[in-house]
Order: sequence, then C-alpha cells, then structure tokens
Amino acid sequence: MKVSVSKRALLPMAAAAMVTVLAGCGSQIGSPASAGSTTGTGSSCLDTSGSSVKVGFINSLSGTMAISESTVFDSLTLAAEEINASGGVLGKQLQVISEDGASEPTKFAERAGKLIQQDCTAAVFGGWTSSSRKAMLPVFEANDALLFYPVQYEGLEASKNIFYTGATTNQQIIPALDYLAEQGTKSIFLVGSDYVFPRTANKIIQAYAAAHGMRVVGEEYTPLGSTEFSTIVNKVRDSKADAVFNTLNGDSNVAFFRQYKSVGLNAENMPVVSVSIAEEEVPGVGLDNVEGQLTAWDYYQTLDTPANQKFVAAFKAKFGEARVTSDPMEAAYTSLYLWKAMAEKAGSFEVDKIQAAADGVTFEAPEGLVTVNGENNHITKTPRIGKIDSNGLIDTVWSAPKAVEPDPFLTSYDWAKDLAK
Amino acid sequence: MELLIGQMFAGLSLGSVLLLAALGLSLTFGQMGVINMAHGEFMMAGAYTAFVVQRSVSDAGISLLVSIPVGFLVGGLMGLVLEAVHLRRMYHRPMDTLLVTFGVALILQQVARDVFGAPSVDVRAPAWLQGNVELLGSPIPLTRLFILILSLLCLAALAFLLRGTSLGRRIRAVVLNRDLAESSGISTRRTDQLTFFIGSGLAGIAGVAVTLIGSTSPYLGTNYIVDAFLVVVAGGVGQIKGAVIAAFSLGVLQSALEFSTTASIGKVLILVLIVVFLQLRPQGIFSLKTRSLA
Repeated sequence: MKVSVSKRALLPMAAAAMVTVLAGCGSQIGSPASAGSTTGTGSSCLDTSGSSVKVGFINSLSGTMAISESTVFDSLTLAAEEINASGGVLGKQLQVISEDGASEPTKFAERAGKLIQQDCTAAVFGGWTSSSRKAMLPVFEANDALLFYPVQYEGLEASKNIFYTGATTNQQIIPALDYLAEQGTKSIFLVGSDYVFPRTANKIIQAYAAAHGMRVVGEEYTPLGSTEFSTIVNKVRDSKADAVFNTLNGDSNVAFFRQYKSVGLNAENMPVVSVSIAEEEVPGVGLDNVEGQLTAWDYYQTLDTPANQKFVAAFKAKFGEARVTSDPMEAAYTSLYLWKAMAEKAGSFEVDKIQAAADGVTFEAPEGLVTVNGENNHITKTPRIGKIDSNGLIDTVWSAPKAVEPDPFLTSYDWAKDLAK
Repeated sequence: MELLIGQMFAGLSLGSVLLLAALGLSLTFGQMGVINMAHGEFMMAGAYTAFVVQRSVSDAGISLLVSIPVGFLVGGLMGLVLEAVHLRRMYHRPMDTLLVTFGVALILQQVARDVFGAPSVDVRAPAWLQGNVELLGSPIPLTRLFILILSLLCLAALAFLLRGTSLGRRIRAVVLNRDLAESSGISTRRTDQLTFFIGSGLAGIAGVAVTLIGSTSPYLGTNYIVDAFLVVVAGGVGQIKGAVIAAFSLGVLQSALEFSTTASIGKVLILVLIVVFLQLRPQGIFSLKTRSLA
C-alpha cells in the first residue's frame, strides 16, 4: 500500500511541474484576448459576449484507443448538434473545439491545457483510460476548469473539477458480484489485463468475496494485447469455478474467448462476466465466441426507454444504420446534457457557479433518470447485467431495482473499509 | 494427468506459433543479416489476406486453405518490394536496416488502419476446426493442432528447400561466404531476392495461422516481433534447427512457468532465463562456423 501512496504522490508532482511549463508556454504565446489579464493558473478567459460559447472535446482520434474513443467523440458530436438545434445553452450556440489525445496521457494533459488556456472553453468533455484522466486531473485543478469524464473506472477518486458520468465500482462491479451471488455462484476465477483498472477491480472483488463467502479460485493477469491464453484457460478449466470475472481489455478478449470456447467451455458450463465488452466490441471479439456470455454495464442499446429510442434513432440517422450505441457513448451523450442543465440552473457558464449548482441536477438519460451527486461529482446510475444475444446486441437479464447512488470510495460497504486507504 | 497433457500441449502449441513467426525471420535475419522490424507487419498482411479472402470466399474452410498460399505470396511480394527498394542498398549496414524497416513497419500499420479501419476484424475459423479432440481426457483445441501441423509442414518444406534443392545450396553458399559464392558464378542478387521472398512469405503464412488464435488488427505484428527475434537469437543466428529447438523449448518453458506462477511472472521469468542464457552463450544454441573473413 505504501508504494502506491508514494506513486500517487509523485504523479501530481510531475503533472504540476508539467502544468507550470505549460502555463509558461501559454504566456509566451500571449494571445491578444488574454493580453490584458494574466494567463496564470486559476483565471478564466471564457468569453461569453458573443452568440456562442466554446466547449472542448478531447478524445483519442489516433493510436490504440482510437477504436473506442472515436465512438465517444461521435456521440458527443451528436449531443452538441441536438443542443444547438434546440436553441443552445443559455441562448448561446455551442462551438466545439476538438483535440486529439492520441492515446497518450501526456498528450491529453497538454491538449487539455490548450483547450483551457488558449481556447478558453467553458468545459471539456472526454478522456477514456484512467491514465489519461489522471494526467489531466492536475491540469483541470490548477486551472480551476471542468472536465466531464464518460467512462466506467476503478473509483477511489473525486475531484471538484471532474464530473464522472460513467459508472464507479459500486455501480458496475459490485452489482455484477451481487448478481453472481444471487445466481448461486460460490467460486470465481479472475482474469484481467495487467494495468490499474483490473488490479483495482480485482482487489475489490477479493474483499467482496471474502465478506460474502465466495471463493476466488484464481487471479491471472496478462500484458495488454496478449494473445496467448492456452495456459490461463487450462487453469480456468481446471479450477472448476462457477463463473469467470473478466477485466481483460481490448483485443486480448478475442484470443481469450476463442481459446475458452475451443476447450469446451461456454456460457452454460462456466459463464464469463465481462466489464469491458460492449456492443461496439462484440463484432471484433467475434459474436460466435461470446454469444450468451454476460456483461456488466449501466446502459445497453436494447433498453426500452423513450429517451433511448430517441438517442439510438438519432445516432443511426447521423452515423449509419450499422452503428451501435454503447455505455461509454451514452455516458458521454449524457454528460453534455448534464453540463447544459447545470449551466441553466446556475444561469452562468462560470466554473464555480456550475460547481455550486451541480448537486441534484437531473437528466432523463437513455439509461434512465440520472442525478448528479454534488458531494463526489459522480452521478446515480442503474446497474444492469446483460446477455449477448444472437444479433450481437446485449439484452438486460437483471437490473438494479433503482438507480444506485455513486460511492467511489465504497464508504457505505463495511467489507471495503481497507480498500480506500 | 489430464492437466499435464493439457499443459504439455499448450507448450508445444505456443512453441509452434513462435516457430511459425520466427521461421521466416531466421531466414532473413539469420541467413542474410537483415534486421527486419517489418516482419511482424508482413504477418499482419498475411492475416488481413485471410480476412479479405474470407470476405470473397464465404466458406471459412476453403478460404483458410486458399489463404495460406495467397498469404505466402502477399508476404513474399511485400518482402520483395522492400528488398528491392531499400534493403539491397544496406546489406553492409545492419543497424540501418533496423531503422528503415521499423519505419516501414509504422507505415504499414497506418496503411492497414486506413484501409481496414482501426477496430480489429474477425476471421472466422472453419467449422471443422471448431471444438477439440480429447487426448486422455484433456481437450486439445483443433485450431492449435492445425497450427502445430502447419508449422511442422513449413519447417519440412524449408528444410527440403535448403538441403535438397540447388536454390538451397546457393543460399547456404551465399551465407557461408558471399564473395566466394559470387566469384563462383552464383548471382547473389537473385539469391538475396529469393531468400527474402521466401522468408517474408513464411511471415505471411504465420499471419494467416494466427487469425485462428487472436484478433486481426493493425497492431497484430507488434505482438509477435519481439518473441520472434528472441527465438532466432536464442537459437543461434542463421540456424534453422536452433530456431526450432529454441521455439519449442521457450514454448514449453513459458507454459510451465506460467502454470506454476502466474502469466505475468511467467513472462518475466522467461525473459530472465533468456538473458542469463545469452550471457553464458552469446552465440545461441548453435553457432555458424564459417571461414568467411567478414
């Protein structure tokens, strides 16, 4: 634990150093608009005198993460167009400035600095990997700006400058475990990619299992992008676990599920619950490899709510009938509307007024009604377990009875006391 | 017992994948001294060949069998172009080939992204390769068995080519002593071209084969290139039999280590072992004895 604390202390320091450099650069460039005021940290150069207001989108449009993040960019674009078509925010049209994070955390931090200081955007939307968020966090805090982050993540974080519209662990992982326990699962095998999200998630799962009489019969990690699963699948098969909890990321899923299927394991004899396979990923993993397997998210394209029907129809109309919508895309779409609602409640685009107004702001999102929790800047979400159907879409097989309050530090769970330290 | 057999097969299977990826490299790197970082991207080209063939020939079984020779041709022709455009100017500058081919690898990845899109594509395995056969109660995946047999066939073909044909004799002569071979009337230009064509073609076949295991994405090659070089270096540069022994021992060792520890620790241990081994025996398992002055 000590090691990770010191690591955590190092990261902001490094990033702070970087911000100092960035701020220096900013003042050197010295755009005319900011010539009067100092471009130092904390002061906003937002200009709301015209008929439009600038917002920033920051997504990886190149590099390994482009596959996923470009879909988030698409749904943000859709939300911005819809908002503009219905009169904008506080009477002002949104002017989108898009930056490419290029799948590199340092690039995210640098581009975020540009969006805040040079472009003077009112708020920034995007980011996907935890490392990109962690790199941007000190930039947003030092400049007192706003970031809306739309992806499920490992929790244990709350910044007044970031609104988290994806699920935290108690809205995705813990409900998935509750579901497995309800189904009579006594033993689980954990398989994940070797980076921060799976490791943190599995720590939570271990604590949950210990407290609920579930046995963790194996815990295996492979390097990101690994395609060799013979040994792991042999171990899984030999463990005779009731279920597998899968936190593998990206292409590793293909190799894992193929090997899994080829030794005779399937959704009936050993179901796999995945937390990073959404509608968008199913064709890449191969439908016949994952059909019938389970997923844990808060949103599926098949949800039968009026808001979702409208969202899916609008998305397909704009980007093509073959496209699908997924949880992070929905969370991104929702985030722009939430910011709109916050600005309208505050009657202002100013960061401190929006922060003050955020608590209790609601939006009828495609996943259902979501409410902002002003204490930790997360939102309520409805966890759902889904089953991948023969069309590659995901059907809800279990849903939480009501939206779950966000609890990023898991303070309301007795068994999780030692995790947040 | 059941698990032991499963693990033995996992090791052999991993070894056969490593061998397929490394076989062509041991020809181009080992025999010709070209550090071809784009070898992985030739595999990627082979994998996308399988994808394209499958799209036009809808039957997965026929398309797999067609893809193997077509993949060989695609990989081979790409190698031929690379050789003709860049590498022939650099046979005496191995470090420069590293940089140039790395650049080519990045270009090929970007081309694949632009042509096929960044998301990985799915190449279906034929129906007769789905499922497994039981060996003493242990399920042996048919796709893995297929790759094992394919790699042994490629090995046999390459061995025959090098040992039993006049082209093979010319290749070996050029490797042993380029100047002497040239003065004996062997066209080293043509021999180089053909060697590179075959080596790159084998990468194409390897690419077709790995579509049965994992996903087909523009980054496919980067997963294999380091392991392939490890096999060639550990086996002894220029030694096909060294590559064979290295591939299968690395496969079996890695599976065993992964099994007794965890996947990530196993990978670390295998790298440590290779480093220690190369410290003790820098020339690899086998070394080439030559009277060449170079």
